[in-house]
Amino acid sequence: MSILDRGWKNKNILKHISTRNGFGEGLVKIAEQNKNVYVLCADLTESTQSEGFKTAFPDRFVQIGVSEQSLCAIGAGMCLAGKTVFLSSYAAFSPGRNWEQIRTTACLQKQNVKIVGSHAGVSVGPDGATHQMTEDIALMRVLPNMTVLVPCDAIEAQKITIASAKKKGPVYIRLDRSKTPVFTTKATPFAIGKAQTLRKGNNVAIIGCGPILYECLMAAEELSKLGIEARVINNASVKPMDEATIIKSARECGAIVTAEDAQIAGGMGSAVCELLAEAYPVPIERIGMQDEFGQSGNAEQLLEHYKLTAPWIIKAAQKVIKRK
Amino acid sequence: MPPVRDIKLLTEKKLLVLENKAQEIRADILKMLEHAGSGHSAGSLGMADVFTALYYHVLVHDPKHPNDKNRDRLILSCGHIAPVHYTTLAHAGYFPKTELQTLRKFGSRLQGHPELGKLPGIENTSGPLGDGSSQAVGMAYVAKQEKLPFHTYCIMSDGELQAGITWEAALFAGRNVLHNMTWIVDRNNIQIDGYTEDIMPIEPLVQKFEAFNFHVIEVDGHNIREIVEACAYAQSIFEQPTVIIAHTTPGKGVDFMEFEPIWHGKTPKDKAELNRALKALRTLNNKITTEGN
Repeated sequence: MSILDRGWKNKNILKHISTRNGFGEGLVKIAEQNKNVYVLCADLTESTQSEGFKTAFPDRFVQIGVSEQSLCAIGAGMCLAGKTVFLSSYAAFSPGRNWEQIRTTACLQKQNVKIVGSHAGVSVGPDGATHQMTEDIALMRVLPNMTVLVPCDAIEAQKITIASAKKKGPVYIRLDRSKTPVFTTKATPFAIGKAQTLRKGNNVAIIGCGPILYECLMAAEELSKLGIEARVINNASVKPMDEATIIKSARECGAIVTAEDAQIAGGMGSAVCELLAEAYPVPIERIGMQDEFGQSGNAEQLLEHYKLTAPWIIKAAQKVIKRK
Repeated sequence: MPPVRDIKLLTEKKLLVLENKAQEIRADILKMLEHAGSGHSAGSLGMADVFTALYYHVLVHDPKHPNDKNRDRLILSCGHIAPVHYTTLAHAGYFPKTELQTLRKFGSRLQGHPELGKLPGIENTSGPLGDGSSQAVGMAYVAKQEKLPFHTYCIMSDGELQAGITWEAALFAGRNVLHNMTWIVDRNNIQIDGYTEDIMPIEPLVQKFEAFNFHVIEVDGHNIREIVEACAYAQSIFEQPTVIIAHTTPGKGVDFMEFEPIWHGKTPKDKAELNRALKALRTLNNKITTEGN
């Protein structure tokens, strides 16, 4: 089995499933193995895909209500009593509303609190800016002891859910609402702290995380037609980041584009910039939200409007190569 | 249903021992705070009787085995009164009393606000107000769900009842009937900026907790017998979680600190002021005239 689905070049034949769905499936799998896994939900059971867990393990499902601050602190209290908890809500509210509780009760206390922020990015669509969380990667990345994981499709979301339950300490998992192409396979490796090279190339490296990674692959295909071979790296483990793979790509490609459906300030691209500014400076262009909020619309319209699609990644690649 | 833990009757003889112990703890609090140069005096002194009652009579615990899985859990939500917690733990035998002098110093296990994992007997990291009550309900929920025998206590300040998260936790506790948990509110009426009822009133407190489905008991927070009996009574309530509102005197035992909000976050400034405070303690605020300097 390849690390990319056999039909990955044809978007229309790929299954489209949201990453939150993959999370829901992973949750049931890990809960079957680990009796200490509890799920806490802040009134969004169905839309965060915790429903499957609730049905399978009603005794370990805890409804908190619209109380995101205590969602985290109650979860941490359960961890103090020996449990591993998944906190399920929208990213705008958790970690958006409960950052201090995450800092104090999860991170400082090093508890097994897994914060699952669904509905991240402008791809949330019609709900508008209030519900399109674009600052979460930045918020979570600065916290000591925190692990930050951003799955690119439903299959990876399942792997990430299982890996995060096994990882000691707090983890943030970023999920999307919209159905996106499933282009990785069961055989695609995932490990916390490891980046995956999905496509080889030495002219430019495109480093992405989340479903936008599919756009990165599409962009690389187009660039190839123009004689530019782009390396595409899945940087799902934003923290801890696979520094060796990122530095190697800078050394071998000499120019980098980062891509995420999140604010460029403090996001995954920022993390790459911080690393390379110290370790191996090369020109970098960042695709992401440019210090503005989203708005209502459908996901496709919004991704295009905020320049988060393949054509914009191609432009960024061409621009950054010129800066070499 | 988790098993009930009997809290033994408090004999007159033991009561006297505990009252003396509370005074010893107050003296050590003053000494450690003067040495540290910063910290919270009023709340720490005010809660010495409650902490003494808990660690010397109420809690099922063993300082030699601080991680025993069946120990009662004491979550301190208002981490700024760490001095009374640290001092009581040291007196109870969790760590050497000499270490009290390292409070707030570089490399000390006695952090300015308590940190989980640093010191035996500390069950949670606290300081940001309001987070403790939620953690206590999380622990109590697991204990109830899995029929674990321990009782969870949460000590909180009255000021942190202004934090929304406290009431989120209260909703959860009421809905899930966490009778295996007791909250103790230090009702001393002061907070950093002044008196609670001037800053942001929290009264009527009894009715508020009752409306959140708590069983409410009010006690004199300096009457160790009342504190013990309220804790024992709380064990017999199975229909609701219990909150004990302990009416305390901030700065208790030191006349020039009592009821003065300024002492909420201040320490004796030098040895002379410390000695004045210790003398006030020794003489019960100069009521004992035979006691000299």
